[in-house]
Amino acid sequence: MRPFVEISGVSLAYPGAGEGATLALDGISLSIERGAFVAVVGPSGCGKSTLLKLVSGLHLPSRGGVIVGDREVAGPIKIVGMAFQNPIMLPWRTTLDNVLLPLEIVEPYAGRFRQNRRAYAEKALALLAAVGLEGFADRYPWQLSGGMQQRASLCRALIHAPDLLLLDEPFGALDAFTREELWTVLHDLWDAQRFTVILVTHDLTEAVFLADTVHICSKRPGRIIESRSVELPHPRDKFAPEFIAMVRDLHVGISHVRAA
Amino acid sequence: MTARYEALIPWLFVGGLLALWELACVAFTVPAFILPRPSLVWAALTAQLAPILSNSLDTLVRTIAGFALAVILGGLLGIAIGSSRLVYRGLYPVLIGFNSVPKVAVVPVFVIWFGIGAVPAILTAFLVSFFPIAVNVATGLATVEPELLDVLRSLGARKRQILLKVGLPRSLPYFFASLKVAITLAFVGTIISETVAGSSGIGYLMMAATANFDTPLVFAGLFVIAVLGIVMYAIFAVAEHRMTFWAKRGEGLSV
Repeated sequence: MRPFVEISGVSLAYPGAGEGATLALDGISLSIERGAFVAVVGPSGCGKSTLLKLVSGLHLPSRGGVIVGDREVAGPIKIVGMAFQNPIMLPWRTTLDNVLLPLEIVEPYAGRFRQNRRAYAEKALALLAAVGLEGFADRYPWQLSGGMQQRASLCRALIHAPDLLLLDEPFGALDAFTREELWTVLHDLWDAQRFTVILVTHDLTEAVFLADTVHICSKRPGRIIESRSVELPHPRDKFAPEFIAMVRDLHVGISHVRAA
Repeated sequence: MTARYEALIPWLFVGGLLALWELACVAFTVPAFILPRPSLVWAALTAQLAPILSNSLDTLVRTIAGFALAVILGGLLGIAIGSSRLVYRGLYPVLIGFNSVPKVAVVPVFVIWFGIGAVPAILTAFLVSFFPIAVNVATGLATVEPELLDVLRSLGARKRQILLKVGLPRSLPYFFASLKVAITLAFVGTIISETVAGSSGIGYLMMAATANFDTPLVFAGLFVIAVLGIVMYAIFAVAEHRMTFWAKRGEGLSV
């Protein structure tokens, strides 16, 4: 069977005058099976976020191609949910309406939005409850803390049951406790629904805690230089010796990248 | 207590200003046909209340008609400029040139086309007030954060959906800010037209009063215009507060 996401020989240069053009990604190839949880780690500025934009179709590659679910990505694709480093909520909508936003746009939900609004709202409320936001649905995003907004943003990324979840350092700006709580929340949601996840992060503990495969990205122009599978059983204990060994291993790998 | 005190401040301020004016006129024995005292203005206002009211009503109706046109056409134009590069490139310079033309100069042309009466006044009010609306709506659309757009685009939203779900709500604060400016400008437009070529309205009344050296009546007209302007401004300020509360969460920069 073909992998669900296939990135083959993708390069991307951001336009600039002559020599000023920056090559963000250089010949990246990755295959991701359906239902897998993949993390891409690397030093900042290595083009990790660009990789996600290529997979979601927000950018098109300069060279190479991306195939998602048997189809070549030629523009923004609709089967993805995306969560960004900042929650990016619409301030004029309540938290509930923010979470419902994808259902107003993505088919087949959008066509039946008016008739099914009640059912959709219940689904959204259930999801909000799952991430610990029970009772905050009618608040506006700016009335919530950063961590709460990020939880809501996760709900928004998942409400339309996307086949592919793209996470661009979504926990980077949170405090350690909230971050680790959300790891568990995300893992449980993934365990229950088995969507495919690509998580971009610079937090190695986060990568090892969540992913079954960790890819290490070189510094700019980004290339995948190493891939490790994580075979620790869930729930993972970040203080277990094997876990720590794995993180240290990755750390050494990244240090080589930075030194190179 | 403090809130109550703050609500009183504008009244105290206006009262103080009027008292100062009255005193200055008495102290320097300024003739009434040069600068009438507020009490004389008030007397003129009450003595000729009926014609003042009927003429203000004319002015108000024309202003609102011109303003309504400006909101509709200015809003649409702003959306077109803000959401299309082509329209922006083509139309924006034309608009700026157009807005630089003094509107007083256009009134006689309107009179040739439509005759003396309400139409030139409505058109002038429209011309003066549509520009800030169009520019503000366009600015609101042009400054939508790319991250917000990414959220919509990553869902595969079409351009129209992005405009409806993000562009328009996001530019509402700009729109309302422009309405407050535009409504007061619309009054200016109406009155310019009534002054140059009118047969009724506050502008016409003031011209007639000037011809008779009835300066207190001229000032009474000015007062009525100011009050109408403040009332309309307040209406839109309340509407703005209701519609865009999310954009004003703090005290802003006021000390």
